[in-house]
Amino acid sequence: MSAFVQITDVTRVFGPKLSLGEKIAAKLGGNVETRSVRAVSDVTLSVRKGETLGLVGESGCGKSTLGRAIAGISPPTSGTVTIDGTPVMADGTKATIRVQTVFQDPFASLDPRMKVGHTVAEGPIAHGLTTRADARRYVADWFDRVGLDPAWLERYPHQFSGGQRQRIAIARALAMQPDVLICDEPVASLDVSIQAQIINLFLELTRDLALTSVFISHDLSVIQHVSDRVAVMYLGRIVELGPVGEVFGNPAHPYTEALFGSVPKLVLDADELVRFETIEGEVPSPLSPPTGCHFHPRCPYATTVCQTERALMEPIDDHRSVACHHYQVCLGKAEHD
Amino acid sequence: MSNTSTPLRRFWTEFRENKVAVFALAVVVLMILLALFASVVSPQNPYDLANLSLMDSRRPPGFVGSGGYTHLLGTDPQGRDLLSAIFYGLRISIQIGLAAGFVSLTIGTALGITAAYLGGRIEALIMRLVDLQLSFPAILLALVMVALLGQGKAQLVGALVAAQYAYFARTAYGAAKAERGKDYIEAALATPLSGRLVVWRHLLPNCTPPLIVVATVQIANSISLEATLSFLGLGLPVTEPSLGMLISNGFPYMMSGRYWISVYPGVALIILIVAINVVGDQVRDQFNPRLRK
Repeated sequence: MSAFVQITDVTRVFGPKLSLGEKIAAKLGGNVETRSVRAVSDVTLSVRKGETLGLVGESGCGKSTLGRAIAGISPPTSGTVTIDGTPVMADGTKATIRVQTVFQDPFASLDPRMKVGHTVAEGPIAHGLTTRADARRYVADWFDRVGLDPAWLERYPHQFSGGQRQRIAIARALAMQPDVLICDEPVASLDVSIQAQIINLFLELTRDLALTSVFISHDLSVIQHVSDRVAVMYLGRIVELGPVGEVFGNPAHPYTEALFGSVPKLVLDADELVRFETIEGEVPSPLSPPTGCHFHPRCPYATTVCQTERALMEPIDDHRSVACHHYQVCLGKAEHD
Repeated sequence: MSNTSTPLRRFWTEFRENKVAVFALAVVVLMILLALFASVVSPQNPYDLANLSLMDSRRPPGFVGSGGYTHLLGTDPQGRDLLSAIFYGLRISIQIGLAAGFVSLTIGTALGITAAYLGGRIEALIMRLVDLQLSFPAILLALVMVALLGQGKAQLVGALVAAQYAYFARTAYGAAKAERGKDYIEAALATPLSGRLVVWRHLLPNCTPPLIVVATVQIANSISLEATLSFLGLGLPVTEPSLGMLISNGFPYMMSGRYWISVYPGVALIILIVAINVVGDQVRDQFNPRLRK
């Protein structure tokens, strides 16, 4: 299958804010320490037409930054993102409406001083998807599709609940008739009871509209539920990629394995101790990531090669790839169980 | 909540709860009406020299002058009926205050929002200029500007704007900087919508609350600045006295018992400024989320 969204060597570096003094010192040739963070480091990834790619990882691993680069919100420092061959960014600004975003916090992503109908309508009007005269009906249609009463067009965001607001945000994204939808933790700030509704809405809409989507979340069960394939990120790099069932059932990367070990379970075996495996140690500071494989200080299988050499993404089979020197150890383990 | 619950309506419902502020607003409205209809409510046109008689100068309140009517608040050294002069003076003061307020609101907001939206060098340039200017007292700048520009209404407004736009720029910058980082701006830019559209439709409307507060306070400030300049004889032509000049005209007679020439215009000025400030305080309290119930 061919790649619909192609992410090639995307790197995003957040440079340090230099004070005026430091800037002058740098101009004068002084040795100014520049502490930059590589939030996303050389990520190459492709999303197939019509699939949902789950992007999972701990907070701070760069999954949102990658999502924002794909969505054209903040340009990558280097690398390109193309949709169906056309680049998302041109001259540092977003050059396409084919990718749209649903943001995490629906309480912040809607303009508090604008009627929600207007918020949804302004993009389509600006890009000629509807006319000013016809906008009302156009938006009402989308309201209907996301399960909102079209009579609410004239209301302000504060008059809605979190779940309703997220529906509005979804309507805003879909009203632009995108091919690709980026969902950046769209349910993380919602009540658990509402999360299911929004996830089901998402599944229904991606199927009906044949959307390609990237679903970012730190919640493994959500990812498992919505994704076709999943990409696991650790400190700015993709460490494992594959179909969601295979990756979750038999992780190849020690980090993926550890991630599952740390999920609290509701149903326990009779003799099982209520004790969760946690990943050893803290997430290293992205300011000074470990050498070699970023995961080696916390990895139970690490050897000397892990400390010096970065493991590149290598295919395991036709569908899966992993970045680990010792992935066989992990893969084998699950099969023995 | 119903569909009619627009932000403006909610604002008014809350405003109504503070009786003092409502009273102050009524006073402001009354004074604006008096100023607007000064020619109708005044017994005399104080700017028409043919109407003035020196025989009537410096008469106490209640004196029946040569015009045949009672001078309720007395007359000034030129024989003007003080009540009429106050109405007309209010008109000039309010005109200048509003004009200076709105022009500096426009210029200051444009500068502040431009700085916050564009960032980088333009931000640094604009805001350092504003900071520099804010380190001088407004009255000093206004004095220098009047000295440079000369006399006249437009010149006076120009001087007041030069002295005051920086306050608006500072406020607009602070508000816009905070809003700029919020998700809804990002969402609008991610559509993508043009920067112009995002600034006009999203950034500017969300920066208005603090600007309204500063505007009310600054209009009161420009009225008192104008009065100060007029009192010092730097404001408007003598033939059309504003409140500040009326106070100044009566000043030499204060110690000789003819208090009314200075005192009544002063009282009018104080009432106007206090009323505007009370309204402004209430508006500020309503926009301050920390004081909200």
